[in-house]
Amino acid sequence: MSTDDTTAGESAADETAGSDADDPVAGDPSADEVARLEARIEELESELSTVRSEVDDDPQKMVIIATKGTLDMAYPPLILASTAAAFGYDVTVFHTFWGLEILHEEHSKDLKLSSVGNPNMPMPNAVAALPGMDALTTRMMGKRIADNDVATVEELIETSLDVGVDLQACQMTIDLLEYDEDDFYDGVTTGVGAASAFQEMVDADIQLLV
Amino acid sequence: MSIDTDVTETLDVKGLNCPMPVVQTKQAVDELETGETLEVLATDSGSMSDIDGWASTTDGVELVDQVEEDGGSETVYKHYVRVE
Repeated sequence: MSTDDTTAGESAADETAGSDADDPVAGDPSADEVARLEARIEELESELSTVRSEVDDDPQKMVIIATKGTLDMAYPPLILASTAAAFGYDVTVFHTFWGLEILHEEHSKDLKLSSVGNPNMPMPNAVAALPGMDALTTRMMGKRIADNDVATVEELIETSLDVGVDLQACQMTIDLLEYDEDDFYDGVTTGVGAASAFQEMVDADIQLLV
Repeated sequence: MSIDTDVTETLDVKGLNCPMPVVQTKQAVDELETGETLEVLATDSGSMSDIDGWASTTDGVELVDQVEEDGGSETVYKHYVRVE
């Protein structure tokens, strides 16, 4: 039974091949057809070179959405942003909610570490929740940052702006937290919202939410 | 060493930590012309792999050499980047 099926299938394939050979289209194409195909090839080659030049001209792009404002969470977006800019990337960091604190000139110098809810802290949560513990852990971390020659948040912001990173402050959050445009570092972009951030993300090669 | 005589500029980032050595190297390289060489002096041990990774991914620069030099109290990592 199965042998018969195979034979039938093979003979059907043979017939198809045979009919192809007799098809007039498979013979020499007419001069008109050649001209049409040549024109089409030329058209496609020109489209390809346009696409290639567009791809080559545009630098690669990274967008980071920074939503956290504690001392430890201020570092990753700034370090990645300045590094990506050094790699020739076009970088945008959109700061929203507590991420805005990073761009606030006064607050950025005084970002706090939370000792509660972080199991890596060398103390139980019940102790960490006592008044003054956040200030203590923040002081300890600040000392470590200085001792280990790690750049301050302020230095990283200045460096990022120097290498062309677009640091953006979400306008809705500025209004929500009752901040003023003058509260932010010079060079920070204000008056931007989710739509512009999304548009940048659509065009980006790398998108991160921190 | 022959590289020393070919150095156009020296960037001293001793005492600076990630990401500063790479970022400042990039800024210094942007100021150089084709064929010129930048010497970078760093104390950040991570700069060995960071500058290597940066140079191999970035167009127009070549990492000519990396030297680890024991400077007594601290190790100095020297990087030589040529602009192509």
